[in-house]
Amino acid sequence: MSDISFVRTEMLPEQEPPASTVGAIGWARENLFSNWFNSLLTVISIYFIYMVLKGALPWMLSPTWNGTSLAHCREILTEAGRVTDHGVSGACWGVINERWQQLLFGFYPNGSEPGTTDLRWRPVLAFLLMGVALAPVLFADKVPSKLLYFSAAYPFIFPWLLWGGTIWGPLSAALGFVIGYFVYRFVSSAFSGLIGIILGVVCAVVWWLVLSSLFVGAMNSILPIGIEAVESRKFGGFMLSITIGVVAIACSLPLGIVLALGRQSDLMIVKFLCVGFIEFIRGVPLITLLFVASTLLNIFMPPGTNFDIILRVLIMVTLFAAAYMAEVIRGGLAALPKGQYEGADSLGLNYWQAQRLIIMPQALKISIPGIVSTFIGVFKDTVLVSIIGLLDPLGLSNAIRADANWNGIVWEIYGFIGLLFFIFCFSMSRYSMYLERKLQTGHR
Amino acid sequence: MKKSVLLGAFTVAGLAAGMAAAGTKDDVQARGKLNCGVTTGLVGFAAPDANGEWEGFDVAVCRGVAAAVLGDPKAVEFVPTTGKTRFTALASGEIDMLARNTTWTFSRDVDLKFEFTGVNYYDGQGFMVPKELGVSSAKELDGATVCIQTGTTTELNLADFFRTNNISYEPVPIETNAEAQQQYLAGACDVYTTDASGLAATRASFEDPSAHVLLPEIISKEPLGPLVRHGDNEWGDIVRWTLNALITAEELGVTSANIGEVASSTNNPEIKRLLGSEGTLGEMLGLDAEWAKRAIMAGGNYGEIFAKNIGEDTPIGLARGLNAQWTNGGLLYSPPFR
Repeated sequence: MSDISFVRTEMLPEQEPPASTVGAIGWARENLFSNWFNSLLTVISIYFIYMVLKGALPWMLSPTWNGTSLAHCREILTEAGRVTDHGVSGACWGVINERWQQLLFGFYPNGSEPGTTDLRWRPVLAFLLMGVALAPVLFADKVPSKLLYFSAAYPFIFPWLLWGGTIWGPLSAALGFVIGYFVYRFVSSAFSGLIGIILGVVCAVVWWLVLSSLFVGAMNSILPIGIEAVESRKFGGFMLSITIGVVAIACSLPLGIVLALGRQSDLMIVKFLCVGFIEFIRGVPLITLLFVASTLLNIFMPPGTNFDIILRVLIMVTLFAAAYMAEVIRGGLAALPKGQYEGADSLGLNYWQAQRLIIMPQALKISIPGIVSTFIGVFKDTVLVSIIGLLDPLGLSNAIRADANWNGIVWEIYGFIGLLFFIFCFSMSRYSMYLERKLQTGHR
Repeated sequence: MKKSVLLGAFTVAGLAAGMAAAGTKDDVQARGKLNCGVTTGLVGFAAPDANGEWEGFDVAVCRGVAAAVLGDPKAVEFVPTTGKTRFTALASGEIDMLARNTTWTFSRDVDLKFEFTGVNYYDGQGFMVPKELGVSSAKELDGATVCIQTGTTTELNLADFFRTNNISYEPVPIETNAEAQQQYLAGACDVYTTDASGLAATRASFEDPSAHVLLPEIISKEPLGPLVRHGDNEWGDIVRWTLNALITAEELGVTSANIGEVASSTNNPEIKRLLGSEGTLGEMLGLDAEWAKRAIMAGGNYGEIFAKNIGEDTPIGLARGLNAQWTNGGLLYSPPFR
C-alpha cells in the first residue's frame, strides 16, 4: 500500500525534440517560414538571389585567368563555347592576374628595372608591424602591455619603412619629443606647468625645424645607416589608400578629441577657433580641400618649392577627418549626464583628470559606432585622390585600361578593388561591434 | 610620424628653393631626372605597363628629351596629371614639361603663359555611331543622343557644330572614357564623340569593331603637343628641337636601327648636322653634339614611335593621315637643321 504513489519516482529519459524544431528544418521553420507572409518573402528572396547568382556566377567562373589581353580572353571564351547572342560572356580575369601586384603596391620598386631590388617587403612589413603595434590598443586584454612601447615607437618606424632613407631622420624626429618632454619636466618643476608646456613645445619645434636637419646631416656623415629611399611618387594602389587612411585615422582621433573639448571650452578664443575650424572644414567638400592641396598650395609657395604631394594630401585628409571626428565625440560628450561632470568636480579632480578618468572613457565608448563610421568613411574617401592625379586603386584602374591590351575592361577591375575595400571596411565594422560588446556595462 | 616627413619635406623645399634660380635645363641636369607630366592613362599615348614602366606616344617625347638632355631615356620621373591639375603642375614647376595630349590653343599659349613647342599629333573631334543606325554623315544626326565628356573643349565644339548646322541633339554627360564606352555599348546614347584617336582606340576594344563606324566629319582642330613654361626659352628650344629632330629623322630616313651605320657612312650634310658629326647645333642648345642622336635612339624616329604605339599594326590602328610627313601629304614639317 505504501508503494502506491501518485508521483513518479524515477526520471523519464530525455526525449529527442520533435524533428521539425531542430536542425536545419527547425531553423528554417523558425527563421524562414514562421508564417505565410514570411514564407512568401523567403521564396521571393530565394528566387531573387538565384537570378543574381545565375547571372553573375557563370560570368565570374570564367577560364580566363591566363588571358594576356581582352582579345585573347575573348578567344579563350569562344573556344570554351561561351558564346551568347550578345557576344561572348565571361569575365576577363587575366587583367587581375597581370596587374594585382600593381593594384596593391602601385609603382613601389619591384626590382623589374635593372639596378633596383624588390622593396615591396617594406610596405608589407610596415603593415604587418602595424598589426603588432595596434594589438595593445585594440585588444588590450589579450596581449602583454609591454607591447605599448612598440606602439609608441611605431609612428617613427612606419614612415621610415615606407619612405626609407637614413635612420637618423625618424630618430631625430623622436628626439624632438624627448627634448620637449624633458624641457617640460625641468621647467614645470622649476617654474610653472604652463610655462613648462609652452617652453617644451617651443624647444621641440625649434629642434624639428632648425637643428634636426643639421643633426641628421652630421650623424649621417658619421654613421650612414639607412635603407634605400623611395619617393612619394612611387606610392600607389592600395598601399597609398591604406597609408593615407591609416595616417588620417590615427591623427584625426586625438585631434578630434582636442577639437571637441575645445568646442566645449569656456575659454572664448579657444572655443571660437575650434568652432571656426570645425564648421569651415565641414562646410567644404573634401575634393575642394584636395584641389587646394594639389594646385593652390603650389601657387602660394615660392616657385620651385617641392612640398611632397602625398604629405599635402595627408594633412588635408587628416584635417577633414578631424573635424568630423570632433563632432562625433561632441555627440558622445553631450550624451553624458551632467551628473558625471558634477561627480568628477565633487571628487576634486581637475579638468584634465576629470576628462581622463571620468568623461572621456564614457564619451568615447558611446561614440564608438560614430567613430568607426567616420574611420570607414575616411578610408573610402581616400579614392578621391585619383582626381588630383595620384594613382590610388581607382586611378590605377584608369591607367590599366589605358593599356591597349586591357582597354574596355571595367567590371573585373572595379570588382577586385571593391572586394579589397570591402574586406578592410567590413573588418573595421566587425571590430567596432566586438568593442561595443566588450565595453558593454549594462546601462545606457 | 607626420613630423619626420614634414621635416624631410622642408629640407627638400629648402634645397629646391636654392636651385630654382637656375634655368630649367640646369635644374634637370642637377637633379639627374626629367619631371615630365603625362596623363593618368590614355590608350596609346601614356600608360604604365605591369611593371610600372610608362609607355606611349606622349611618353616617347619625354624619353627623347631626357635622352637629349641627360643621356638616359630612363631618367624620367613621370608625373600623372589630370585635366584639372596639368596646368598648375607645369606653372608651379612641379614638372619641367607637359606631354599630355594637350590641345594647342590661343588662350593656353598666351593667357596661361605656356609655350607650346610643336605638335606631335594632329587630332580632331569625330563621331562614332553603330552601323545599324544607318548614318553616313554627322549632319544626319538630328535629334540624336550624344555621349560627351563634360568640361572639355569637345563639349563646346559639339554645341558649335550642331548650332551651325541647325540640328538638335541631346547630350548625355559622362565623366571618363571608360564610362562612355559602357554607356555607348549599352545603348544609352546613339553617338559617342571625342578625339578621333580616342574613338579609334575605343572602337578597337569592342568585341565587334566592324559594327561601329567613324563618321567622316572631323569638327575641330586639335593639335596636340608638348608644352613648357613661358620665360625659359633655352629650355623651350631644347624640347622643341628634340621633337623636330625626331620628325626630321623620319624625313631623312634615320631610324634607331640604322642610325649607327648612317652616322658613319652618310654624305648628306643635314643628317651630319642632325647627328652632330658636322656643325655645332648641340653646342648652340647648350648640349653636346650627339644630343639628337641619343633622342632618336631612345625610341626611334617619329615614324617608329607612331608605329609602335598607335600605328596600324597596334590594336589602336591609327593611319598616319594628317600626321604623315609633308612629303607624303601630311602636316609634319620640321624646320631645317641648319
